[in-house]
Amino acid sequence: MLIEQLSVFLQNEKGRLAQMCRLLGDGGFDMHALVVADTAEYGVARVICDRPHSARRMLESAGFAVATTRVVAVEVPDRPGGLAEVLEYLGEQGVNVEYLYCFPRPGGAAAVDILRVEDPDRAVGRLIEHGFTLVRSGQVYEPDPA
Amino acid sequence: MFQPELETMSREALERLQLARLRTQLARVYVNVPLYRRKFDEAGFRPEQLETLADLTRVPFTVKNDLREAYPFDMFAVPQRDIVRVHSSSGTTGQVSVVGYTRGDVERWSDLMARTLVCGGASADDIVQVTYGYGLFTGGLGAHYGSERLGAMTIPVSGGNTARQVQILKDFGVTVLACTPSYALLIAETAASMGIDVRSLPLRLGVFGAEPWSEEMRRQIEEVMGIRAIDIYGLSEVMGPGVASECVHQNGLHVFEDHFIIEIIDPETLQPVPDGEQGEVVFTTLTKEGIPVIRYRTRDVSRILVGECECGRTFRRMQRVTGRTDDMLIIRGVNVYPSQIEQVLIGIPGVAPHYQIVLDKRGSMDTVEVQVEVSPDLEFDEIRELEALKRRVAGAIAGALAVSVDVRLVEPRAIQRSEGKAKRVVDLRNKEA
Repeated sequence: MLIEQLSVFLQNEKGRLAQMCRLLGDGGFDMHALVVADTAEYGVARVICDRPHSARRMLESAGFAVATTRVVAVEVPDRPGGLAEVLEYLGEQGVNVEYLYCFPRPGGAAAVDILRVEDPDRAVGRLIEHGFTLVRSGQVYEPDPA
Repeated sequence: MFQPELETMSREALERLQLARLRTQLARVYVNVPLYRRKFDEAGFRPEQLETLADLTRVPFTVKNDLREAYPFDMFAVPQRDIVRVHSSSGTTGQVSVVGYTRGDVERWSDLMARTLVCGGASADDIVQVTYGYGLFTGGLGAHYGSERLGAMTIPVSGGNTARQVQILKDFGVTVLACTPSYALLIAETAASMGIDVRSLPLRLGVFGAEPWSEEMRRQIEEVMGIRAIDIYGLSEVMGPGVASECVHQNGLHVFEDHFIIEIIDPETLQPVPDGEQGEVVFTTLTKEGIPVIRYRTRDVSRILVGECECGRTFRRMQRVTGRTDDMLIIRGVNVYPSQIEQVLIGIPGVAPHYQIVLDKRGSMDTVEVQVEVSPDLEFDEIRELEALKRRVAGAIAGALAVSVDVRLVEPRAIQRSEGKAKRVVDLRNKEA
């Protein structure tokens, strides 16, 4: 029930993010979400894209440092307080959220929130138990061929 | 002059003295230091074969690595009970060299350092603030003993706490400051920020060494501090400060040739070059007892300045050191070999042993940025993990080199390789030498 996110190390250098996007684009890897966490000297781009394993290999062969992180994708009703419910519940369960970001599903009444948590398998179990809807990798991106 | 009868002796008398001392020195090290015996034997040289000073070229060189391998005491030429002091060079284990001094060595060193101070224009009436570090580094105690020998009022402040340095400079009416040239500038800047104009203080002379500096920097120091800035030279392997010093004419450093023979060699052919030509400086100690060095290759680049000096000293002058024949860097007075950084990086998971050192100046102090490539298989995701890695690298480098550095993480293969070899050092400090 977890989805795979690529974390790409980017040194602060003009055009470096564009190069990464160009490589993914030329390789036919559609990006579904992208957030960049940055410091004065470098950033980490977190990417949800098609065929993450192949994308990682391709980026690495182009010289990028890439790590794969398993993250939780949970559907959040698109109304005030929707996300608060999810986070409050996880807090009660003692699940610590490291970071999260969200992307709306085109035409849908719900948004997808990507959560990075310490123990993702446990978090997934608790969320399902409580009736939250989790998003499978296949619903977000095209998985790698088996 | 502190010892005018020695400092103005005729060339002929000096060479007679050098030859006699050299013979004794070579005979002593051959008997007492296994390393020299082995080197001399391998070269087919026996001390009694030395007939003239020119025969010195038949004697094998000594290099830094000999001293490292002798760690700690294997090159001492006297029994341990005769050693009254040790100092050592900076560096990681395996890079450190230890030097030992007999009571006689400390006496001679004190004389030579007093000679240095007088050469630069100091006298017994001066108040000398010693801001070189006290400890294993030779700078602090070397200058201290020389200043006391001279009879000056000596203030052993050691390095650091710049605001206090300024306060003492002002309150004690200091007239002579002994420190690294970059630290002198920092003191001047700090004084200015405290509302004190150093030019209005009694300070009149600076005795600066332990790192390379330029004429431009000298002019700047003299201007902002209102003093005469003198370049002094020494290295722990040969003795410490007091090997050579500028006089008030500020035109090259008089080498104290009654105690040290200077040679300038071509670092490729290892043959001596004619006076006036640039090359690597080689020293032979003539009077050291604890750890004599014979034809020690300093890796410093300089040349002999031809001609006599107006001051009347007959000792020949070497030009200020203009560079190195190896990759050693001097950062805030500390000797650093880039390879030490590589050794540190190899031990840290998450980074590759590829790095580039960028040296620059922030105000007057050297800054060091070490750019380190993250390893391609680094499992990272969060900024705080990367920041922790950065701190780990900076801490390990600071621990090994005794120099604090800024670390910048860069992408794999971000550091340029030229001919398969990375350019390790970018020095943006004073370009003029």
